[in-house]
Amino acid sequence: MRAFTYERATSTAQAAERAASVSGAKFIAGGTNLLDLMKIEIETPTHLIDVNGLDLARIEPTPDGGLRIGALVRNTDLAADARVRRDYPVLARALLADASPQLRNRATTAGNLLQRTRCPYFYDSDQPCNKRVPGSGCAALAGYRRMHAIVGTSDACIAAHPSDMAVALRVLDATVETIRADGSTRSFPLADLHRLPGSTPHLETTLDAGELVTAVVLPPPAGGVHVYRKVRDRASYAFALVSVALVRQADGSGRVALGGVAPKPWRSEEAEHALASDPTAVVDALLEGARTSPDNAFKVALARRALDAAIADARSVR
Amino acid sequence: MNEYDAVDPSRRDALALGRDLLLAGAAARWAGPTSAHAATTRDPQAPVLAKLTLRVNGEARPLVLDTRTTLLDALREHLHLTGTKKGCDHGQCGACTVIVGGRRINACLSLAVMHDGDDITTIEGLGTPGHLHPMQAAFVRHDAYQCGYCTTGQICSSVAMLEELRRGIPSHAGGDVAAAPTATPDELRERMSGNICRCGAYSNIIDAIAEVAGTRP
Amino acid sequence: MKFDTPATTNPIDRLAVVGQPVDRIDGPLKATGTARYAYEHNDAVAHPAYGYVVGAGIAKGTIRSMDLAEATAAPGVIAIVTADNAGPLGKGDRNTARLLGGPRIEHYHQAIALVVAESFEQARAAARRIRVDYAREAGAFDLAHAKGSAAKPRSGKPDTAVGDFDGAFAAAPVKLDEEYTTPDQSHAMMEPHASTALWDGDRLVIWTSNQMVAWAVSDIAKTLGIAKEKVHLMSPFIGGGFGGKLFVRADAILAALGARAAKRPVKVALPRPLMFNNTVHRPATIQRIRIGATHAGRITAIAHESWSGDLPGGKPETAVDQTRLLYAGANRMTALRLAVLDLAEANAMRAPGEAPGMMALEIAIDEMAEKLGIDPVQFRIANDTQVDPEHPERPFSRRRLIDCLQTGARRFGWDARKARPASTRDGRWLVGLGVAAAFRNNLVAKSGARVRLGRDGTIAVETDMTDIGTGSYTIIAQTAAEMMGVPLHQVVVRLGDSDYPVSSGSGGQWGGNSSTAGVYAACMKLRESVLAKLGLPGDAEFVDGQVRAGTRRASLAEAARNGELVAEDSMEYGDLAKRYQQSTFGAHFVEVRVDAATGETRVKRMLAVCAAGRILNPKTARSQVIGAMTMGVGAALSEHLVVDRAAGFFVNHDLAGYEVPVHADIPHLDVVFLDETDPMSSPMKAKGVAELGICGVAAAIANAIHHATGVRVRDYPVTLDKLIDRLPPLGRA
Repeated sequence: MRAFTYERATSTAQAAERAASVSGAKFIAGGTNLLDLMKIEIETPTHLIDVNGLDLARIEPTPDGGLRIGALVRNTDLAADARVRRDYPVLARALLADASPQLRNRATTAGNLLQRTRCPYFYDSDQPCNKRVPGSGCAALAGYRRMHAIVGTSDACIAAHPSDMAVALRVLDATVETIRADGSTRSFPLADLHRLPGSTPHLETTLDAGELVTAVVLPPPAGGVHVYRKVRDRASYAFALVSVALVRQADGSGRVALGGVAPKPWRSEEAEHALASDPTAVVDALLEGARTSPDNAFKVALARRALDAAIADARSVR
Repeated sequence: MNEYDAVDPSRRDALALGRDLLLAGAAARWAGPTSAHAATTRDPQAPVLAKLTLRVNGEARPLVLDTRTTLLDALREHLHLTGTKKGCDHGQCGACTVIVGGRRINACLSLAVMHDGDDITTIEGLGTPGHLHPMQAAFVRHDAYQCGYCTTGQICSSVAMLEELRRGIPSHAGGDVAAAPTATPDELRERMSGNICRCGAYSNIIDAIAEVAGTRP
Repeated sequence: MKFDTPATTNPIDRLAVVGQPVDRIDGPLKATGTARYAYEHNDAVAHPAYGYVVGAGIAKGTIRSMDLAEATAAPGVIAIVTADNAGPLGKGDRNTARLLGGPRIEHYHQAIALVVAESFEQARAAARRIRVDYAREAGAFDLAHAKGSAAKPRSGKPDTAVGDFDGAFAAAPVKLDEEYTTPDQSHAMMEPHASTALWDGDRLVIWTSNQMVAWAVSDIAKTLGIAKEKVHLMSPFIGGGFGGKLFVRADAILAALGARAAKRPVKVALPRPLMFNNTVHRPATIQRIRIGATHAGRITAIAHESWSGDLPGGKPETAVDQTRLLYAGANRMTALRLAVLDLAEANAMRAPGEAPGMMALEIAIDEMAEKLGIDPVQFRIANDTQVDPEHPERPFSRRRLIDCLQTGARRFGWDARKARPASTRDGRWLVGLGVAAAFRNNLVAKSGARVRLGRDGTIAVETDMTDIGTGSYTIIAQTAAEMMGVPLHQVVVRLGDSDYPVSSGSGGQWGGNSSTAGVYAACMKLRESVLAKLGLPGDAEFVDGQVRAGTRRASLAEAARNGELVAEDSMEYGDLAKRYQQSTFGAHFVEVRVDAATGETRVKRMLAVCAAGRILNPKTARSQVIGAMTMGVGAALSEHLVVDRAAGFFVNHDLAGYEVPVHADIPHLDVVFLDETDPMSSPMKAKGVAELGICGVAAAIANAIHHATGVRVRDYPVTLDKLIDRLPPLGRA
């Protein structure tokens, strides 16, 4: 870990301004991913701006009947919120499938969204990785790819996004609120937060330098039955091989997003029109053009079957 | 930065508190009131020191630490509270579980400087060999350990976990996420899954916790 | 004392303390965090410097140059140790690769430098500033690819043959010929390899986490080129080993070298992500098993061949060992072959040989039973043998495999199992039951102890034996309490110090029986001293703090009235282990549930029935078995060090990527110990259980998955991707 100076942010605007103006600055909130990566110098900030003291840890109703989730709401608190459990249970379930209770007690809403991939080559600085060192190559392409993405990838990077929470937020049509270094704020769909790797896998989000996520906003409850089906080798404390977030209405229609298969939560509003009539077609559309290896080719069949199981789960809820 | 007093390295208490670091020579920088100042000092690798106070097991413990020091290393290497263990240092095993402000966290993935003023309970704060906490006594009775290295993390985790259950925090094991959870064995297993025991004492650990929870099957 | 005739009645048989399920005497220390592990001796070492290990970034080749300038200049750095400046270093007898590499690199993450600094943070940061220029060389990393070049190992017993296997197999009416693979596995003990070292003149004082104190002393001495007498090594608490701490590793050597260079105490712990490639692992195997049987289910021919790899000079995984002994059959052969692989050093992990061997053999037996249409419990019973099948003149000392299988079947409700696979369903779950035999050879090793009778009547035991979670402290205290007739709380046990008599150490499930036998020997000697002091005859009894002979009685403390009595002895072994085959037996029963849609397997119930001689403490012994069963679940379902065959290293080298079981994977585990004593093993009449408990578990699970799904997987771990194409079709899942 490189040496760094440290300050506690006093306001969101000040934090964003400082993050943009101090070279090598990074925000730290829960720190559960950032410190992990700083220890092995994959992240090397020279200045940390601790945002934990900011007033961003509330969950509040929005005027239109939705919910504004402060960026600093801990994963545990979000999952435990009565409104989330009642109106957005897919989110509560996804959160509870994520990481461990200790990590969820620290990890924040914004930090969860911004966590980086768990590709083992990304984590091993003796291996080439375009995400870590642009232009150095991708060891995973010819290596071990079981946990990797099969869609949305590029010749430069096949890393998967590890979050469960983000998959549920995507299926809930969440939006992200931020403040920028100049003090301006903006709001945009979560779908637009993460970039696909293309030839620049080191650029992972569309945030500007210093831009601070302040909240995630859920639209009014969509109703329906919510299911989050996470498939993994061990029964807990493991990243998803494939996950399915499903919001299913009584007529069989609904929304689907997949985790574990792409560099970002993977959803297609167009494809999910077929959900009621042909769920497998939804998965096939989502995974069209999948680039797999012998290690991870099973994810295609697994995604179909996981959605099938999720629908069966939803049906069993009366 | 206003909670952070600038530390004058010439002060005697700083010398006492920051002994290890001052031994490193004069290269240390200090996390002063204006961090911009600190950020412009000459050697980017020089450690930055911060003065903070951890409230550990009810006692205020003032420290001067390299900002890089994790809560775990502050406890183990600076306060010599070695009951909290370092198993992986990456949040992948749970051996370093401590209770901060009533919540269990991985001490390895938190900076000490982020916990200035925080109340921290470690295994040493739960009980001693002569006066065991009920959970510690249950672990002994049920042989809920083998090598003992994950044990303190399991115990801290389980004590905080039962409080989470009492507060109605849901888990992945629950059928209905909106319903109030109960301390079934499956709930306990899911909620303890952030604490790895390679010796494989899980079956006994759950028996010990269930006994304390009053739900031993 | 020499044990060369079968044990008869002795003071242990009283079983007032031995055999009782007492709580661990070190339990309160462990539960309160006051047991000190190797990195935690702050009482003895007030201001250590911190060492951080740098691992090689290539698998094979040489270091062309190493630029230490930036690291040396980094704040807080005191010294940097490399092969260049460490002086001449030897290699421990029990190490295959050098513990400090350079300029030759033998495997990925082989240690190439130690940075010593004032603080851990400074050492870690400076370690990253070292720049290394490598000349890479091509290596062999893929066992399947190297299999063809595998050779017969020069040591051990690579081949055995009895009768005419080829002829009998060809003639057998029912045959099986299958290949099984087991992956590289990691010990992944919770405490990283760690050491604290200081030099007291030319004498090295080192606290290290090691299972075998005397081996460690001699290998440290040899590596550093100093006399064994100059090494004082302490290992009082060890945060798990499983074989991974049988041998000295880089932390110990580098802490010693770092302390010498820094002229201060230095502590070193291996960073977790370095451990998987830096230390040892259980090597992958490819195993071919052929079995021929009559229609009635009698095995007439059995062959087991195994291929594994290791660095040059390494050893094979002896995965055929159990097949030489477990089942009858007149015509048999086994063979071990060893390939050269440039991965990290392969070595012993819990039940080396039998653990992966049973993973394969016990699937093969299940498959054979299925081919024959015979219940797999009955098929095993029908092919039991009471003698070493390769040497029928050698009986087993005790062999109650049939009892284990029958007891387990009864308790587990095996009779209710439907023979046809994929025939039981519970909602989304496909339900299956599986069984496997458990088998592990029993080893005994010379072990010494010193016993002190204090003036207050307390007993202190000193031996360099280690407690790696096995319960050594407790069973040694029980043994001394039984022998000297005092309550358990009057016994103090001091372990893991090279100043104490050399013990068996902990490994190969020999430690419990062997170390307590050594304590038995020392106590016998102490009893003689006590009787001489008290003037009592040799048949006196030691009971309740008294020594009694007929109507005469004296308090034990009386014997030490004029000063502490000290006795030291060791237990050595004659040829009983040659005349009698000593093994431990068991049976594992498992119920699994496989998700019909996703193929996720979850273990619902597990039972182990063990016949392993006298159980010295049923509470700690049960823990050993449930721990082994848990590790067996990992072996069955998730544990797999994945080899990057291009770069030559284990890719998933942390505890997120290498998935060991978590709480949610493990149900309540049942263990039954058959009431047994084995007078051929030692005066304790005990054998080992810690490794028996893992042997067969993974196969029982694989067999249960087959029973649940109808899918036979012969390639561990049995992950969902190996099932998914053959699960019930969509809509019916």
